[in-house]
Amino acid sequence: MKKAGLIYWLFIICYAVQFQFSGDWMLLGEHTIYFALMPLVGVVILLYRKGITDSIFGKIIISAMVLSGCIATLNSVHMIESAMSAWGIWLYGAALTLIIWEVMGFWSKADGGLDKITGLVVNTLVPILFGGMLLYLWEMLTVGFQVPQVLLPAPSMIGTAFVNAMEMLWADFQQTFLKAVIAGFLIGCCSGFIIAILVDKVPFLQRGLLPLGNLASALPIVGVAPIMVMWFGFDWQSKAAVVVMMTFFPMLVNTLAGLKSTDRIELDLMHSYAANYWQLLIKVRLPNALPFIFNALKINSTLALIGAIVAEFFGTPIVGMGFRISTEIGRMNVDVVWASIAVAALSGSLFYALLAFIERQFTGWHPSIRVS
Amino acid sequence: MNRLLNSTPAAIAAVLAFIVVIWYGAAVYLNSDVLIDKYERKKTEWNFQVLVNDSWSMGRPVLPAPHQIMEDMNKSLFGHKITSKRSLVYHGWITISSTLVGFVMGGVLGILLAIGIVHVPTLNKSVLPWIIASQTIPILAVAPMIIVVLGAIGLTGLLPKAFISAYLCFFPIVIGMVKGLRSPDPIHLDLMKTYNATQSQKFWKLRCPASTPFLFASFKVSIAISLVGAIVGELPAGARAGLGARLLTGSYYGQTVQIWSALIVASVIAATLVFLMSFMEKIVQKRMGVLT
Repeated sequence: MKKAGLIYWLFIICYAVQFQFSGDWMLLGEHTIYFALMPLVGVVILLYRKGITDSIFGKIIISAMVLSGCIATLNSVHMIESAMSAWGIWLYGAALTLIIWEVMGFWSKADGGLDKITGLVVNTLVPILFGGMLLYLWEMLTVGFQVPQVLLPAPSMIGTAFVNAMEMLWADFQQTFLKAVIAGFLIGCCSGFIIAILVDKVPFLQRGLLPLGNLASALPIVGVAPIMVMWFGFDWQSKAAVVVMMTFFPMLVNTLAGLKSTDRIELDLMHSYAANYWQLLIKVRLPNALPFIFNALKINSTLALIGAIVAEFFGTPIVGMGFRISTEIGRMNVDVVWASIAVAALSGSLFYALLAFIERQFTGWHPSIRVS
Repeated sequence: MNRLLNSTPAAIAAVLAFIVVIWYGAAVYLNSDVLIDKYERKKTEWNFQVLVNDSWSMGRPVLPAPHQIMEDMNKSLFGHKITSKRSLVYHGWITISSTLVGFVMGGVLGILLAIGIVHVPTLNKSVLPWIIASQTIPILAVAPMIIVVLGAIGLTGLLPKAFISAYLCFFPIVIGMVKGLRSPDPIHLDLMKTYNATQSQKFWKLRCPASTPFLFASFKVSIAISLVGAIVGELPAGARAGLGARLLTGSYYGQTVQIWSALIVASVIAATLVFLMSFMEKIVQKRMGVLT
């Protein structure tokens, strides 16, 4: 707590110094000065009424005050002619970042003694705050220091590009994700799963194929992309083929490991029940293998997207995320490229989250989920 | 005889032999369309024997036969001086060097982040979800763009590729290392507490040794994807050297044999790197007294 007090005092000193010597930025735009004042009020409250962060309501108030400071700086930074002359805003921004870190600190300590839903909200809030902080710094630095757009566009520019190019991005998404990724993912995972069950049944294959499968999952399989494009043509089928190749081996290896993970004692129990092979497989071994299978599915969800996009670099019709990225970078439309990347990242994250959600539904009994 | 059949190397050899046979068959099947088309245009007499022979010795086959790839690899690995641009050793070395630099950078970053996550609660809550989210960004897919952008500010050569490798590498290392640093039993941590051990003593004497198996498991995954990162980093048209550049030029000029031999060299490198990692793991385990 002593350390936190130090940071608060540091903020007050920084505020005073920049207000006295380089506070012009606060006068840009309407009401900026009031917005910029709020964090100071918040910090003073924090210094004299430490208990305020114990209640959720107090936390929200303080966070809102800090947020208004962010809005003030973002508002001004777009209007300043040369950021270098207005060093006050940087001193303010740096001190504010420290305060944001403190805010995240007291949110992350909050989850004890909360009911389930509030706890969940708080636990998702902390990473969102962190992401927000990164975006804030990104916007401030790129706009303030006038970083060339080619190098790194500001988040606001990416957002505008995203809205403007919505239709095009949607078409790309359909081509790459809904066609190539989904088809390839399904075929690759299903065939990996089926082959794994076959291999598991034949000990000879287990000895011969498993080391090779392990090796193959370490190989740079993306490299087959040019070959697949040659074989299956430019449309989405060739991308799906690359995705199949990339997702097959992780699924095979993980399913085999999962099928092996059943305890001896459980197998013995089933044996004493006179269970046949299929009963054993469906009632004991597959449920036991589920955590491994979901692990493979989650790994594959990102691999599939990568495979499809990389394959599009080697030839594609004039639509698709990989095509968009490679052509727009050629035209130096970096904001559209970043919007495309954002779409890819967003769809990848949602795909992953969906799989994680299904995993929770199916493997609720597993210790790794029960504990958390 | 029976013991031979039950041994693992024999099983692997059998599966490999099976794959080779399938491969030769597939080469005939996939190349036959082009060849039959050619025969009919030239109106030459052909039978199955001729077709098979021709499909195994085409200049630009759809699927080259294994012996063609072997010949090309032999030629490009040993036929040229290793400094020559036509030598695969030269290209392979360029890829390996950026793989290793990226691996070291990613490893250091990953281990430091993991230590931070284990010791600072705010970092744990705020950063870990983003580390997972960071891997859903298909960085490999945007790697060529990153290379171009970094090239625009004058960063060329080894470093940009190494950055991509590092970005890919750090994830498994962070995840594995966090798991490893948290793997000591509560009872051991309690024991350290009764000894009045400081944070750093706890770290060096308990958490660090406990994390080695996790660390090496992550290393093995990381070094393989580090290689993938380096290869994809070499794809943009500007790159003139490296296995990725070989893949790209091969695909531009329809040199399928060249693509395949580059792929196989890449696979051999990947296997060797992973093997070296498990070798190092064995040495460390021996010195720790875990493996006797």
